[in-house]
Amino acid sequence: MSRRALRKLVNALALALSGVATAIGLFFLGAILWTLLRNGLAGMSLQLFTAMTPPPGGSGGLLNAIYGSVVMTLIGILIGGPIGMLAGTYLAEYGRTTRISSVIRFVNDVLLSAPSIIIGLFVYELLVIRMGHFSAIAGAVALAIIAMPVTVRTTEDMLNLVPQGMKDASTAMGAYPWRTITSVIYPAARSGIVTGLLLAVARISGETAPLLFTALNNQFWSSTLTAPMANLPVVIFQFALSPYPNWQQLAWSGALLITGSILILSITARVVVARLNPGGKQ
Amino acid sequence: MNTVAAIDPRHAAGQRLRERVFRGATLAAALLVLLLLGGVTVSLLAGAWPAFTHFKLSFLAREVWNPVTDQYGALAPVYGTVVTSLLAMLFAIPVSFGIGIFLTELAPHWLKRPVGVAIELLAAVPSIIYGIWGLFVLAPVLQRHVQPWLIEVLGPLPLIGSLFQGPPFGIGVLTASFVLAIMVIPFISAVTRDVFETVPDVLKESAYGLGATTWEVIWQVVVPYARGGMIGGIMLGLGRALGETMAVTFVIGNAHRIGSSLLAPGTTISASIANEFAEAVGDLYTSSLVALGALLFLITFSVIAAARFMLLRLERKALSAV
Repeated sequence: MSRRALRKLVNALALALSGVATAIGLFFLGAILWTLLRNGLAGMSLQLFTAMTPPPGGSGGLLNAIYGSVVMTLIGILIGGPIGMLAGTYLAEYGRTTRISSVIRFVNDVLLSAPSIIIGLFVYELLVIRMGHFSAIAGAVALAIIAMPVTVRTTEDMLNLVPQGMKDASTAMGAYPWRTITSVIYPAARSGIVTGLLLAVARISGETAPLLFTALNNQFWSSTLTAPMANLPVVIFQFALSPYPNWQQLAWSGALLITGSILILSITARVVVARLNPGGKQ
Repeated sequence: MNTVAAIDPRHAAGQRLRERVFRGATLAAALLVLLLLGGVTVSLLAGAWPAFTHFKLSFLAREVWNPVTDQYGALAPVYGTVVTSLLAMLFAIPVSFGIGIFLTELAPHWLKRPVGVAIELLAAVPSIIYGIWGLFVLAPVLQRHVQPWLIEVLGPLPLIGSLFQGPPFGIGVLTASFVLAIMVIPFISAVTRDVFETVPDVLKESAYGLGATTWEVIWQVVVPYARGGMIGGIMLGLGRALGETMAVTFVIGNAHRIGSSLLAPGTTISASIANEFAEAVGDLYTSSLVALGALLFLITFSVIAAARFMLLRLERKALSAV
């Protein structure tokens, strides 16, 4: 074979393999979604949203778990979101290139990828031991700690997208930075910041590990924040590993529910970003 | 013309005060990030202290894990964590590299975005979903079709044979690595794609101008240029794999032992904590689990910090090139 033909062959082979690799990645996404739909749709009924988690063998739904997940996710984002936004504002507008900002940025990136089970251990030591028992509020704090670095990152990125000219114009009119930030920069970056919050919600609503020993679980309806609270991920974990068919069915339905909501949230966030920043990659 | 703001001293003082309050609030929130890392470190060390002082260094070197006799050693979970993560990287790196090439150099423009988004959605799927999928779909498939073949073909080989012996359980170290690989592929491919895109077109075009094939451009121009960023992305994926909890807990089998075979059940640090922490009774038991957590934090912290450092350096390089 001539050298030229060999080079062409290697090229074709390598590019074909990269196509195969992409197909593998897409295949697994498809396989997971298909499994979820096939197993989860069977259990979709009104009862899923109106009844409590049943004992083994009984019939029931996921109402208490759905409620618990929504409550803890909301409290988590209500604590973690604003703090993250403020910190992101500091990095983008005040600190910018100072040394402390680079350190904070670095630490935030580390927290962003830190194992979530470590956050669970931290909140256990911080709250559960002090309170003497597992509680919904401990679960919410754990979720807040996971949501915060995500929000810091996206807020900083989004504020940096606001044109410098707008900031300069405001400053030139004699506005203090806080006025520029709250009246000019925040409105300009609003949909970007909201997107960041959506992504943070998507991230924490599927988290299981940090809830295992903070919120624990609760087979019954509870709206007391200082008591253990049911939540979808931990219920899925327990029910999927149980030997009871009705529990396993509920686990699949819960899994479909949670994945569906998260994918819808992420896709919405992406559409918003794409509209915000046409041409650029998100 | 409205000049009140400049003249009225009370108004100006109010503005300054608000500025101080707002600036203070943002700074406090930013410092909270540092405090959080400090808090996590201190609380883990404090919780792990009883176990570390009781077992001293032998905690790191012993395989025993026995709640009945209150004897604990970290060797089996640390071994499981490292082996599953490294194996996962072995599967994930070539695939992610391929996806990165496909998305930057090969895919037609209309295909880039949908495929890129689909791969990123794979990263948004919660880890518990990978867990149940791995347990109920992947493990049976591996048990029936892949593991018997591995045992038959690779089992009798010298040296590596012992890695593939024993009964096909379905669940175990190999299955966990496989699920981890699927989980980290989107992370590594996203970073690979992003660093490939930082390669200046001029460099690639000059190579094409000399008659290089697409593959030669990728291998001899793009990869050397993007090497630092790729290693950063790989280590970011490794950090994910090391700390991943739920997906592994479902499929690893949770056995506190070091099996010579990759098909045998094992455990990882995060799986041990997830399985046992809520039910752990006794201070030493709890403390030993927190000590495992502290080890995991130390390992992942080093890997993630190194990864971020490399990506940061690449970012600076890209900035200075502009």
